[in-house]
Amino acid sequence: MNPTDRKYSKEHEWAKVEADGRVLVGITHYAQDQLGDIVFLDLPSPGDRVEQYKKLGEVESVKAVSDVFAPVSGQVVEVNPELAERPDLVNDDPLEKGWLARISSDTLEQDMDNLLTAEEYEAFLESEAH
Amino acid sequence: MQNGGGDHFQSHYMPNTPHERAEMLGVLGLDSIDDLFTDIPSEHRNPPLNIPPPMSELELRAELQAMAASNYDAGSYASFLGGGVYNHFIPSIVRPLMTRGEFLTSYTPYQAEASQGTLQAAYEFQTMVCNLMGMEAANDGMYEGASSLAEAALMACRVTKREDIYILDTVSPTYRQVVETYARPQGLRVHVLEAGRPRLAEGAACLVAQYPNYFGYIEDLAAHKVAAQERGALLVVSADPVAMGMFRPPGELGADIVTGEGQAIGVPMSFGGPYIGLFASRKEYLRQMPGRIVGRTVDAQGKTGYTLTLQTREQHIRRERATSNICTSQALLALASAITMAALGKRGLRQVAELCYHKAHYAASLIGRIAGYSLPIKGVFFKEMVVQCPASPSVINRRLLESGVIGGLDISHIMPRCMLLCVTEMNSRQEIEALAGALSEFSR
Amino acid sequence: MTARQEDFRRLLMERSVPGRVGAILPTPDVPLQKLPDESLLRKDLDMPEVPEPEVVRYFTNLSQLNFSIDTHFYPLGSCTMKYNPKVNDEVAFLPGFAGIHPLQPDYQVQGALKLMSLVQDYLVEITGMAASSLAPLAGAQGELCGILMIQKRHQERGEGHRLKMLVPDSAHGTNPASAAMAGFRVVSIPTDGRGNCDLEALKKEATPDLAGMMITLPSTLGLFDQGIVEVCRVIHEAGGLVYADGANMNALLGQVKMGDLGFDVMHLNLHKTFSTPHGGGGPGAGPVCVQPVLQPYLPAPVVERRGADGRETYTLVTPEKTIGKVAASHGNFGVLARAYTYIRTLGDAGLRQVSENAVLNANYLLERLRKRYHFPFDRRCMHEVVLSADWQKEKGVRGLDAAKRLLDYGFHAPTMYFPLTVAEALLIEPTETESKETLDLFVEAMNAIDREAGEAPELAQGAPHTTPVRRLDEARAARRPDLRWQRDGG
Repeated sequence: MNPTDRKYSKEHEWAKVEADGRVLVGITHYAQDQLGDIVFLDLPSPGDRVEQYKKLGEVESVKAVSDVFAPVSGQVVEVNPELAERPDLVNDDPLEKGWLARISSDTLEQDMDNLLTAEEYEAFLESEAH
Repeated sequence: MQNGGGDHFQSHYMPNTPHERAEMLGVLGLDSIDDLFTDIPSEHRNPPLNIPPPMSELELRAELQAMAASNYDAGSYASFLGGGVYNHFIPSIVRPLMTRGEFLTSYTPYQAEASQGTLQAAYEFQTMVCNLMGMEAANDGMYEGASSLAEAALMACRVTKREDIYILDTVSPTYRQVVETYARPQGLRVHVLEAGRPRLAEGAACLVAQYPNYFGYIEDLAAHKVAAQERGALLVVSADPVAMGMFRPPGELGADIVTGEGQAIGVPMSFGGPYIGLFASRKEYLRQMPGRIVGRTVDAQGKTGYTLTLQTREQHIRRERATSNICTSQALLALASAITMAALGKRGLRQVAELCYHKAHYAASLIGRIAGYSLPIKGVFFKEMVVQCPASPSVINRRLLESGVIGGLDISHIMPRCMLLCVTEMNSRQEIEALAGALSEFSR
Repeated sequence: MTARQEDFRRLLMERSVPGRVGAILPTPDVPLQKLPDESLLRKDLDMPEVPEPEVVRYFTNLSQLNFSIDTHFYPLGSCTMKYNPKVNDEVAFLPGFAGIHPLQPDYQVQGALKLMSLVQDYLVEITGMAASSLAPLAGAQGELCGILMIQKRHQERGEGHRLKMLVPDSAHGTNPASAAMAGFRVVSIPTDGRGNCDLEALKKEATPDLAGMMITLPSTLGLFDQGIVEVCRVIHEAGGLVYADGANMNALLGQVKMGDLGFDVMHLNLHKTFSTPHGGGGPGAGPVCVQPVLQPYLPAPVVERRGADGRETYTLVTPEKTIGKVAASHGNFGVLARAYTYIRTLGDAGLRQVSENAVLNANYLLERLRKRYHFPFDRRCMHEVVLSADWQKEKGVRGLDAAKRLLDYGFHAPTMYFPLTVAEALLIEPTETESKETLDLFVEAMNAIDREAGEAPELAQGAPHTTPVRRLDEARAARRPDLRWQRDGG
């Protein structure tokens, strides 16, 4: 369920390095399931700087607001333009169509090294469940 | 007063008799009510309570009727007092409908399935406020006009991420004070500008105007919009909803946030409250709006229904990061206002506005002809005007009261020997002429 | 819902027919005046055209879609949904009260000012404080005023650096929201296993930047903090002031005075404790009461009584170092008039019985419900009881489901998922105006819902089944806000 083409944070975000070296980020299936129906996303603007493990934005469900943290540091180059009209994409397809932002990271290797592999993330979820 | 024998007072609001209390305590395995309060430090328990003894409805009603009758009310006197609170016509249907127990004694509609009446009425209110003000989104109301305007200024600061509020000197001085109270603790700065040609500094969050202004005159909102826009600031307007029956709505003139005192439509003056703050904005700022918002949706079977929505803005979810701390607001008065707008309707709202306009201008024409009186402000006014008097307004007002007239608001601390005079559809020609007659006694 | 009921879901603008009128206004009795330039006037006013009988029938039918105290038991925790006496409304609508203008000179409104002065006196007596201002229009505004007073007092003593406000983790959301509006930094203090404030955690936060603490007593868990005197002492010792959120005063009327326990300032919710109607979400009134130390800072205006022996006069005054005005006028007078009537009707003896019966009724419910519903504390409650539906959740019925199912049994749902510190919380407040028979029926319904959870959980999961609408799609409402009727259907 958590593909191996990307890495994960303990706050349930994923980061996937694209062919051009930029990083696509989003939240995991587990996270969207916990949040319930997502109704609104407050995301940074292109050009904004984000730091690994610091706040990237907010995700709102009907009766909760949760912070989303950046899995890597860098500059936001794009936020998913579909989400303004279709926040439910994050519920339906969090790993592909429901991506949140594209980040150009200057500390790419180091940041990615800090994150968990799919296997490690699943072990983490397992340990959290007990 | 005692009743029911013995020294036990049995209230008509509480069903438990001593017998039932004993029975219930028995279920709890307790002997006395005192056993329920053992967590309270004993040295502080059962303090003296110096409150008069219970009183019957019959006696109390007589006492309160006397207390009320000692006031000079607009039903018994011809009133020309305005300044933000107005004596307007309230159709007879409003009170019986708004005081129906199902509306009056229900809570905030958190349980939508059990509150569709309140919710649908709120949706009607939001629709009519939007139409009246020419705006895209309205909430279900704030406390009253002044705090509503203060919240609008705070919202403009959130939207623009700026900290400087510019407010025209033609905005009610009291409203300006309330904006100060709300803005200061958050480190926001309030600047007062002369209304003539307001110039905003770089970094302004908003320009705040009143429409018609405190003195009753129509502000050039379109020009204010230009002044605000030049600095990337929002135009925030506090508008009299009654004037919107004939004048162009602020939304059409570029306002970004519109507030107002809704008392004038359907709510008695009641010595200051409860009233209803109107609050509307452009749709793009919706998520920064304070207060409760009702939305239309469907239920599990696809049937149309209404529910509180966008609740993540509010204190019960976002807590210290909420758009406002507002919780209990003034829903019942929003209902009263909605019923009034529904009854007056398209035609009645226009008629009320025009009646105010004609009567106020008739009064102005009479008073302007009395030697010693003048109207120092030039411009288009609606139902209020500033009148400069030959004597102190407070002295004149005492004399007017003897003729059965509650005079205008003494604003001599702002403009020498001036009173702010208000004429509405409630004032008959006879009253207006009596006012002019009494004023002429001071003529020179 | 019947076809007839269904018809009343059609909105006013959908009922509107050109040419119909809902009210007749007089023709102008003055000579017509020249209207202003066209460019200042609106071209169109898109408002309903509906005749009076239809307006009446429409709103009457809407009202019947509601649950209310007049029609239902409404045990909504933290909201004090008690019976609202009708005489209170009658008083508020007396022409001598409803028809007076807030800007009339004091000499024209002595009766109204006297009433306000007496309300101030009564609230001061009930709370054991020194002075009161009736200006705040609701509880949350009272909170804001209270902590602004604390802030201004610190500033005037050259201690403007005191910007940390403590709030228990069980607090109502308005507490942290008000503190943030006042510019404070909010720090949450945990609750201990007994449901009291965690004193060790509190002491760690008693630092030089402490401004004060906001405490609800009894807490939103329905518990009287057994260490409250010590909590106040710790805050005071660190130079802070203690704010009491009086939302739950219904438990304490006449039993204890907040001023005696060490609180410096508090607000009261007249629409809860003093039974002014909630009106579907207001109006309320949130007067503040203070110890002498904060009296000069009270929000403006307050009523001052001058003279004595039947020759008293009443004047509105601005306290010396006031935090300012929070509204254009001097409070929700109509609500104050209702509260005055309530206090006089019940009197000293009646007010004490309010808290006695409120606490007795809540404990009776607790005793009878605790076999089937988990009560997470080992002690008695005050005027409300927080139960957890976690035992039911194991059978697939969440707190939300149980609450919605209660609607089918003809009871309003308790407050759900609040306080946040109790899982699957159901906060139940019966109030003093309910009879034992009503409480027994409620217990039967709660027990039936528990039985259903084991036998047919889908009943609660799909509830309510009998209300005008079923569960609403709130996600849709929030994703695509539809907030007003539009001609093109929006």
